[in-house]
Amino acid sequence: MDLSSISPVLLLASVMVSATPILLAAIGELVVEKSGVLNLGVEGMMITGAVVGFAVAVNTGSPVPGFLAAALASAILSLSFGLLTQVFLSNQVATGLGLTLVGLGLSSLIGKPYEGMKSPTLPRLDLGPLSDLPVLGRMVFSHDIMVYLSLALVAAVWAFLKYTRAGLILRAVGESHDAAHALGYKVVRVRLMAIAFGGACAGLGGAYLSLVRVPQWTEGMTAGAGWIALAIVVFASWRAGRVLIGAYLFGGVTVLQLNLQAAGAAVPVALLSASPYLITILVLVIISARGAHGAPASLGRPFHASA
Amino acid sequence: MIRLEKRPQPSRLWTLLSPILAVLLTMVVGGFLFAVLGADPFEAIRTIFWDPLFNPQFAAYSRPQLLVKAGPLILIAIGLSIGFRAGIWNIGAEGQYIMGAVAGAAAGLALYPSESPLIFPLMVLAGALGGWAWAMIPAILKTRFGTNEILVSLMLVYVAESILASVSSGLLRNPEGMGFPGSRNFREWEAAANLEIFADTGMHWGVVAAFIAVIGAYVLMARHIQGFNIRLSGEAPRAARFSGVNPARVVIFCLGTAGALAGLAGLFEVTGPAGQISIDFNSGYGFTAIIVAFLGRLHPVGILLAGLLMALTYIGGELAQLMLGVPGASIQLFQGMLLFFLLGVDVFTNYRIRIGQGVAA
Repeated sequence: MDLSSISPVLLLASVMVSATPILLAAIGELVVEKSGVLNLGVEGMMITGAVVGFAVAVNTGSPVPGFLAAALASAILSLSFGLLTQVFLSNQVATGLGLTLVGLGLSSLIGKPYEGMKSPTLPRLDLGPLSDLPVLGRMVFSHDIMVYLSLALVAAVWAFLKYTRAGLILRAVGESHDAAHALGYKVVRVRLMAIAFGGACAGLGGAYLSLVRVPQWTEGMTAGAGWIALAIVVFASWRAGRVLIGAYLFGGVTVLQLNLQAAGAAVPVALLSASPYLITILVLVIISARGAHGAPASLGRPFHASA
Repeated sequence: MIRLEKRPQPSRLWTLLSPILAVLLTMVVGGFLFAVLGADPFEAIRTIFWDPLFNPQFAAYSRPQLLVKAGPLILIAIGLSIGFRAGIWNIGAEGQYIMGAVAGAAAGLALYPSESPLIFPLMVLAGALGGWAWAMIPAILKTRFGTNEILVSLMLVYVAESILASVSSGLLRNPEGMGFPGSRNFREWEAAANLEIFADTGMHWGVVAAFIAVIGAYVLMARHIQGFNIRLSGEAPRAARFSGVNPARVVIFCLGTAGALAGLAGLFEVTGPAGQISIDFNSGYGFTAIIVAFLGRLHPVGILLAGLLMALTYIGGELAQLMLGVPGASIQLFQGMLLFFLLGVDVFTNYRIRIGQGVAA
């Protein structure tokens, strides 16, 4: 095994890239769950975003419309989940699973003609003197715009939930929908907006996978990233800052195992490629064993305003 | 103004009617989908739902396939439905299916080339144990630490897939296979083969097991105290605890049963229709079975019918792919839509639609 072939600077730089899709999806799901809705369809929305973003970017020749279209498509898809769970009061767990199955089917249908194509990808930003810093420049300050946008989004969500009136209403709806309803807040409307936001974020995350991280379209390319995003929300105890830590941790594990595989480490390949999932399980166990949860009290419960 | 009014009890009529309505809605929307894809919608629907059974040209091949595909779907869905009734969301049946197949195949291959009649029963046992053990991981983590079983069981699917990839090109690889990945072919080894019991019916031991599971689940859920406790845990967890039901035991029982049945399905598949352990012998039955369980209203008889219907869409989908050039993925979307519509239509089962102001209760 040749560990010296792994450069720590490049490793950390690629951690930021590999964490971004999960981070985007997880921060969106955090808002959804804060409003009291459990949307298990993240995987389906992500992969739909991945394929729509890729298709639009290839056809327009530019990644920006791709990202926009991905966010829009996944938001629309997530609203179908919203319609079923909020208006038709269906079971959220089952509907979320259904959303994932629909998304997987839809994406492989749309993506068939795009297999093996190359897409335009995002350029790396040149942040002037910052990008020229010796180690830090290569590691932190020479990524594409989405990496920084995702970080800004985390900060924005954190501030929104903590400091704004709208954020307070959203949290109230998630903690006790009956009390929020009695105060005159539109529970269903708030939740639908949260669901659409979560969908748009998952779509952006998916598009980042197919346009920057890989950048190609292959069937089922999200490979559980959406489920890992769900696990990260649990790991983060529903706090925006910890979502960031969680996503970078998992990004790190993913990159490290790929590097170890490439370096020919004396660990079975099966164990390495399963390691992100095994570590997700391990982290979930540790978090749940500690007992402190902080889950929104109305999470996953259907809301029906009785007259 | 349109309002929803909660029914005191789910409507019996709508429980039966909503799957049928969901199938019809899926056909209509699916028809539009096929029209967009450039196929004649009526012909596409006929090719999927009618031709596999009644077209003189294809039926001879397709009819046996119906049982071959429905067998594992029903077997897995029966196990899942017991858990869903109790509010235990095992969505990793695909992983349990893979591990059952791997464990069963490994037990058999260890004794190759013995021709003892005990080989196949031993493999069946090992298959059930393999699936059971894989399902015990989320079960024990849930009962011990309160870990979410949805995420753990799903993550274990990916772990199982990498184990499958590893053993099919390593431990279980056919030593006479010129280095190609994949195990020995069980269909060519009489002691381990799961062949058709009656020629040209598609009836193999997995289908027999599926029918037994349907009857067993019916007796359990309708006639046995354990089944009552399971339903009680799902519908009124607090009441269940007051009546002395141990929630941990329910979790262990439900996940264990689902895992064992999924493992059996995997073993029967690998020794029969698939023939060998290979990287991609699993074809997503574990996920489709979730749709089957819901479409069958989590009721054993319903699951039997839903499994047959879902098998029909698989076969019909292949046929439509062949005859009309419809992409294979469209059938996956078709199945997903079916679940979506079912969940939507179910609003009528639990709620009454009231138009106008209505009288205050």
